[in-house]
Amino acid sequence: MTTHQNSTKVMKVVGTSPVRPDGVQKVTGVAQYGADYSLPGMLWSQILRSPHAHANIRSINVDKARALPGVKCVIIGSDFPEQAFDYVGPERVAVNYWHMTRNIMAREKALYEGHAVAAVAASTRAIAEQAIKLIEVDYEILPHVIDVDDAMADDAPLLYPDMLMRGVDPAPTKPSNVSKRLEFKVGDLEAGFASADEVVEMSFKTAPVHQGYIEPHACLARYGADGQCELWSSSQGHFVVRAYTAKLLNINLSNLLVHPAEIGGGFGGKTVVYVEPVALLLSRLTGHPVKIMMSREDVFKATGPTSGSSMTVKIGVKKDGKIVAADALLKFQAGAFPGSPVMNAAMCSFAPYEIANTRAVGFDVVSNRPKSAAYRAPGSPISAFAVESVLDVLATKIGMDPLELRLKNAVKAGSPTSWGPKHSHDGFAETIQVLLDHPEYKKPLGKNQGRGVASGFWFNGGGESTASVHINEDGTVVIATGSMDVGGSRASMALMAAETLGVPYEAVRSTVADTASIGYNHVTGGSRVTFATGMVVVEACNKIIDELRLRAALMWDVDVTGVVWEDGFAKPADKSVGDFAPLSLKAIAAKRAVTGGPIGVESSVNAGGNAPGFSTQFCDVEVDPDTGKVTVLRFVAAQDVGRAIHPKYVEGQIHGGVVQGIGWALNEEYIYDKNGRLSNAGFLDYRIPVASDLPMIEAVIVEVPNPLHPFGVKGVGEANIVPPMAAMANAIFNATGCRMTELPMSPPKVLAAIDAKNA
Amino acid sequence: MSKHHVSTVINGDPVEFLCETRQTLLNVLRDDLGMTGTKEGCGTGDCGACSVTLDGRMVCSCLVLGVEANGKSIQTIEGMSNGVELHVLQRKFLEHAALQCGICTPGFLIAARALLERNPDPTEEEVRFWLAGNLCRCTGYNKIIEAVLDAAREMRGA
Repeated sequence: MTTHQNSTKVMKVVGTSPVRPDGVQKVTGVAQYGADYSLPGMLWSQILRSPHAHANIRSINVDKARALPGVKCVIIGSDFPEQAFDYVGPERVAVNYWHMTRNIMAREKALYEGHAVAAVAASTRAIAEQAIKLIEVDYEILPHVIDVDDAMADDAPLLYPDMLMRGVDPAPTKPSNVSKRLEFKVGDLEAGFASADEVVEMSFKTAPVHQGYIEPHACLARYGADGQCELWSSSQGHFVVRAYTAKLLNINLSNLLVHPAEIGGGFGGKTVVYVEPVALLLSRLTGHPVKIMMSREDVFKATGPTSGSSMTVKIGVKKDGKIVAADALLKFQAGAFPGSPVMNAAMCSFAPYEIANTRAVGFDVVSNRPKSAAYRAPGSPISAFAVESVLDVLATKIGMDPLELRLKNAVKAGSPTSWGPKHSHDGFAETIQVLLDHPEYKKPLGKNQGRGVASGFWFNGGGESTASVHINEDGTVVIATGSMDVGGSRASMALMAAETLGVPYEAVRSTVADTASIGYNHVTGGSRVTFATGMVVVEACNKIIDELRLRAALMWDVDVTGVVWEDGFAKPADKSVGDFAPLSLKAIAAKRAVTGGPIGVESSVNAGGNAPGFSTQFCDVEVDPDTGKVTVLRFVAAQDVGRAIHPKYVEGQIHGGVVQGIGWALNEEYIYDKNGRLSNAGFLDYRIPVASDLPMIEAVIVEVPNPLHPFGVKGVGEANIVPPMAAMANAIFNATGCRMTELPMSPPKVLAAIDAKNA
Repeated sequence: MSKHHVSTVINGDPVEFLCETRQTLLNVLRDDLGMTGTKEGCGTGDCGACSVTLDGRMVCSCLVLGVEANGKSIQTIEGMSNGVELHVLQRKFLEHAALQCGICTPGFLIAARALLERNPDPTEEEVRFWLAGNLCRCTGYNKIIEAVLDAAREMRGA
């Protein structure tokens, strides 16, 4: 179901859902992912990981491992160049290479179970596995801390004895596990709450959840004797893999060519590097290509997840539903190194609503667990769980429909934000209205059943992208970008190119080029690719149309201003130009040699003008009062995407985000034992949703076009995962009368809440 | 440690290989025979990405030893299409946009084919339960289920 708003321009290709260009390769097993590459003379690497949550590394003896026949090399953390301690880049996504190199391989300390401490390269996988067992590490086990509230306690074991909280003035003199405090504040909170008719304050906890991509991290590295190296890596951005790997190994960017392997899911978790610098260093030291494949256990213990949190949210409303004040305290687990998405969470927390008085305070807190990584709208789903739950309680208190409450306060173009610039786009209210009008929204439910709603905001992204377009000798078209295709973007790029050029989709070959064959592209993340890379594809196509007009003008011996481009043909602008038959791409390409040679362009942008994504959802659940098991009966998710270029893949993004949210809501969590070791590092015990858990998810595509994109695109990948956890909690409340404030809402917790209520 | 000599038929062709006792069938297929269409998602039989059939029975190839394939017939994703003619399931997965990243797709296709061989007219619920051993993190399963039901309809000539 698609709701179009204000879309007037008729499209021929954009808005259709053809088969993706890389489809056949992916259904026949031909497509090559990170682990599918090999080279002659290739070595296998295995990584030794810490069994302890927190330990000083007194010494590492690798002699026995090195002596094993077939072992070519053993490395430890200090074999990597040291990095300066500095936070670089924009604050929201700042990087500290001193931390990054230590996350890739521990030096002074092992900071979590699974932390890499050494790596082996050997002639076979079996020998490498045997060799890491021969490495002797002398650990001094230290007290550890897992939970965020425990990590903030005065007597908590410290991960870094010199960590002083940033963001407070004057700076503290006593070290802690808090890396940073941040605050976004607007208006007069006290006066706002004083004017409220109802105020609700509640505290929440959420568990860290893993991105859960089915493909473990894998790469193949080759270091040449001339210093030129290659990486085949599965990532969300091969240019970023190049940048991080080159920085961590002191290599010039031009000496490192990264080939984009197909990516088996990322969801944010493959925007960082874990194995690439290790493989390339081993290759440099051995002169052989080196392959690393993480195991699933390693993926759980040493990559991702997103933060767990402890939050308190207080919101005040008038009787008529107007929100007058809102306050959030957000404590986020960063994992063993600073850098949780708490800043996003603080910015997104109240972003969907026009509220005169707000404050969001965030703390970025380290503890002995894997360093958090981006996960789909990083931060926003976490704070939304708290905010959207409190709004639900308030709606009940004032007797207002929860969608009407959201509609009354919904931001629109011109509404303020807590971080400065005003909102520039509509689209949120439209997602609420479409659900208010949904035939199932008012449908009565049965016993033990309940309906819940929630909304969510995500910035969406723009940024740097490059694309090239070439007209082949026969008039067909090749386009290339440097944006990894995680879910059909080759198809959407081809659709936008075909629409712009006026040619059929089938005439365009759409590819992802390596780092030496196209200019820079930032990661496929932040819902930016269809927007930013799409924008540069259209720009490149427009440039090539100018070039094609020029070639036609030469062929006709007229001025270029006399040539227009329409529906894939060069035509005389009017009769005064001359009586020329329209020239096809094929006809112009055939004469290329005498009109200037091959026809091709490359364009680059740093795309601004991105518009946010809003999603509003409702779900119906049934709760088994005897077991606490929650069954999802219906899930309807509306999202403003601006314009759906390939509607089936847009629906797929919404389905996927919602189902990840259902897993986050009901099942997914990290379970640690008393020694700080992860007890459920596998898909059997870390249970992501399976087909039999779910009903069909209904995606409602709302299209309020972004005027700053040639086709109106806003982005689709992330806003859909923001509301589900609160929507589920609100539905569970309406089914049972129990207000769940901790994720996941697994059967034992729901049952305990039901039993407590009945006691 | 001497290797074992194993004789199999893979996708209809006789194949012989040598493998170590501890090597899984998945490992043999991918690393020794270069058949990387079968994917490794977990190595513990929880995700279904490495699904193949062994004498017609669907298995996780990560839970089968290479030596266990001796004398048996193996079907992998590489043998699913008939030359350039895709299997109906492969075509329906493409038409329904039933894959995003595609890493789980070979396993889903092998599992779906095994279902339709046993039950040519499954209900949505039967498809969901049959495919519950195959994990997909991208699609939320909607379009996979639709593709399988649509393929079943076409294969029945309905």
